[in-house]
Amino acid sequence: MAQHTFTVNGESVTVDVADDVRLLWVLRDVLGYTGPKYGCGINVCKACTSHINGKAFNPCAVRVGDLTESDEVTTIEGLADTVDGDLHPMQEAWLERDVAQCGYCQPGQIMAAVALVRKVRAEGREITDADLDAIRNVCRCGTYNRIREAVRDGAARM
Amino acid sequence: MTTVPAQPDQPDPWEPEQQPPAAPSDPSPDARRGLSRRGFMGYVVAGATLVVAADLTTGAQPAAAAVPSAPQIPEVFDLGDLQTKSALPTSQLITITLDEDGVARFAIPRMEVGQGITTAAAMLIAEELDLPLDKVEVTLAPARPELVFNQLTGGSNTMESMYTPIRVAAAVAKGRLLAAAATFLGAQVSSLTAKQGIITDALGGRATYGELATLAASAETVPVKVNLKSRSSFRVVGTPQNRVDARAAVTGAKKFTLDLDVPDALPTMVCRPPTLNGSPRSVQNLAAVRAMPGVTDVVVVETGVAVRAATFGQCIDAVRALEVSWNGGTVEGESDESILRKLKAAELPMAVPKVPLLARTLDLRFEFMFRSSAALEPNCAIADVRGGRATVWAGLKSPIVAQRNIADALGLPQTSVEVNVVTGGGSFGHKLFGDAAIEAAKISKAMGKPVKLLWHRADEPRQGRVHPMATSRIRATTLGSEVLTFEQRHTSVETDFSHGLGERLTAMAAELPAGLGNLGFAQSIFTLTQELPYNFGVVTQLLNEVETGFNTGSMRNIYSPDVACANELFIDQLAKRMGKDPLAFRLAFLKNERVKACLRKVAEAGQWGRAMPAGTAQGIAIHSEYKGATAVLVEIDCRPATVDRKIRDAVTGPRVTKAVVAIDAGLVINPRGLEAQMMGGVSDGIALALTSSNHLEDGHFLEASWDNYFYTRQWNVPPTFECIVMPSDRDHPGGAGEAGVAASVAATACAYARATGTVPTRFPVNHGTVAFTPKSFVPPVPASPTDGLSHTY
Repeated sequence: MAQHTFTVNGESVTVDVADDVRLLWVLRDVLGYTGPKYGCGINVCKACTSHINGKAFNPCAVRVGDLTESDEVTTIEGLADTVDGDLHPMQEAWLERDVAQCGYCQPGQIMAAVALVRKVRAEGREITDADLDAIRNVCRCGTYNRIREAVRDGAARM
Repeated sequence: MTTVPAQPDQPDPWEPEQQPPAAPSDPSPDARRGLSRRGFMGYVVAGATLVVAADLTTGAQPAAAAVPSAPQIPEVFDLGDLQTKSALPTSQLITITLDEDGVARFAIPRMEVGQGITTAAAMLIAEELDLPLDKVEVTLAPARPELVFNQLTGGSNTMESMYTPIRVAAAVAKGRLLAAAATFLGAQVSSLTAKQGIITDALGGRATYGELATLAASAETVPVKVNLKSRSSFRVVGTPQNRVDARAAVTGAKKFTLDLDVPDALPTMVCRPPTLNGSPRSVQNLAAVRAMPGVTDVVVVETGVAVRAATFGQCIDAVRALEVSWNGGTVEGESDESILRKLKAAELPMAVPKVPLLARTLDLRFEFMFRSSAALEPNCAIADVRGGRATVWAGLKSPIVAQRNIADALGLPQTSVEVNVVTGGGSFGHKLFGDAAIEAAKISKAMGKPVKLLWHRADEPRQGRVHPMATSRIRATTLGSEVLTFEQRHTSVETDFSHGLGERLTAMAAELPAGLGNLGFAQSIFTLTQELPYNFGVVTQLLNEVETGFNTGSMRNIYSPDVACANELFIDQLAKRMGKDPLAFRLAFLKNERVKACLRKVAEAGQWGRAMPAGTAQGIAIHSEYKGATAVLVEIDCRPATVDRKIRDAVTGPRVTKAVVAIDAGLVINPRGLEAQMMGGVSDGIALALTSSNHLEDGHFLEASWDNYFYTRQWNVPPTFECIVMPSDRDHPGGAGEAGVAASVAATACAYARATGTVPTRFPVNHGTVAFTPKSFVPPVPASPTDGLSHTY
């Protein structure tokens, strides 16, 4: 066992768990952040997509031991706190377009969408169809068209 | 077959006794024998606050008295009718409670899996009770054995069967609140107006529902006659509404089974055999694995070796470390080709009806591969089996059957097993079975501790439920511009219906249309769902099933996606033979006006027949089921630049570039939810036609995750999607959850055939290519990667 300290949704946390336990399980099983979902455990389905230091990542593919004290993890539960207002603009777009069906993939979809918008902004451009085609998050309910609309809508609100 | 009255034992329930003033009498065009179809019997149930109830079978419409020979059975009596009527004789109350906070609470005896039934149910209550939608709370009822056959979520039947009972209960509540308000305000009921949860009188007096909740309560249970609102006065039903759980979904607050915090229910996984349905013989390193970090328990169960640990990550490590000797599985040595041979051998002969000498025959045979019905949320369940009692939490569409099976597995009376139904992360038929719940209960019993069981993703396609492999052979004879005969022989690996529908059919045997009672159960489902709405002379559609060792189930839309795909491709070939356009041919032969209207609509909206470049094409197809009709038009791009797109760990291939759906689902409760179901149906249809299948090789399926099992992804999605909800004069909702799949797969297949000039006969079309390196079978699950920080964006 080893102690690991990092920040989750603005709060410093310290956990006592073996180095190689993947962060997804530390978040879910140890710390109780159940927003990030398990869908594959091998960084394929992207249901656990969260942010580390403002960038999208998949905690199922990161050892807790690889985090440092300065690392800031944001899960879907903490997304709204990164902006003024009740919800993040991407969440508002999601609600407006009633994107969710079962909802299981939606935290990951939203976190991926926010990161995508930030990425293309940093590149000085707007979201393209090619960007949307490249989103890897699986939605087994198949609500993909509403996801595409909401990403663009959310981008306009961000 | 006899006519079943809606309320067999109620004396004259049709005369309104307690009619809300807001609901003026509105004689229905369907009124018979001078009775209003909107008059029903409900109950005020004894309680400290207002509790109202209706019998779950209230409003089931009478079945047809006889089955004429010409129409097919589903036209007059379909699977939905079977589900709606099968429990008529039992008393099955559903209750709505109105609490002092002014919130109406209802535990629906069905399962929400994303299809939107909790939203639709809340809308019905808000409508009939004149309450804002956010003052209605719909939860999922636990297993209620007294409901007998009436707690199964399937067959797109929920709103069809719940539409009237929910409204009746809500109408009873409103009547009681009005009466209470009259006392409270010292006014006549006729002077009161109920709006948005507040009752006002003519003099400006007001009372909220919350204030009236206890005053309206009853010390004893009393029957009440009510009239329901007329359709013309609906202000919520029929309007687009967002899901009631949307905010919870987008904030991460929505709780699925794995998110529940049950004390001491530690993560648990199972090391599963390398071949399908193999079983453990011995474990070589039990002690070593028990000593691994975080591991608390390791036990051998029928399905494998179960591991309980502090985190699922440590479960995965332990599963990978286990050294197990395995007994062979149930399909040892079998492959796609060997099963296809068995199916071919079981294909029923065509009847070869007598046709004129000059008639021509068209014969085609299609093959449909195994597909995984797994949702994104894998099989999972929480179980606490201790001290002669069991408590289980899981996503269960058939919770009563699961409760009985768990009781049997544990050797406990059913009354000692509590089964809680949790909202599911998708189902698509997968959650009809209590596989994970039963397994979790057995493991909990063996360990003597609570467990939170999760199937690894790799376990799903390899050991989980699949849509059975099937073949469909069609022969038609034509003479000039007429189709004289149409024969279909559908042959399938057996579909498992042991989730409870079987009991309904048995219970209903005497009520079934002539001849149906003599068929086997699967054949009955096939007969109750398959309708070929064309004038094709003598039509026969028969099913034969082959018993094998597979774990199967009714994947979304059961037989229809395969049957419709075969039929509609075949119909395009018939049209071609007669030199007719596919749309014109269908319009000429369709006998169902609702189907035709949908077809015309998508043809118009999708610009059927527009000029398109070589290698691209349109496809158009229809489907008729669930008392409704669907038509889909797609455009596909099969040009090399599209087909050869390279995306890491992905199947690209032909791309559907546009999809237009028209759906007639009868009375629509929530058009926004219906559109969502159609969107999902198109995503499913594209996957079934082009990309998603399991490959069987040497007794096991090769697929182990979403980078092997190619469900539709963003790069396969049609950039243009349009859904048209057709107006309907029906006074009852039909089915919606599955209605979009069949015509979507068929239209995609038809478009592919027209774009490539080749009629595909094996589905999905890419099945011949194994586009991945299979993951290991021993250990049975892959290690989680560690390079996630190298892939941030």
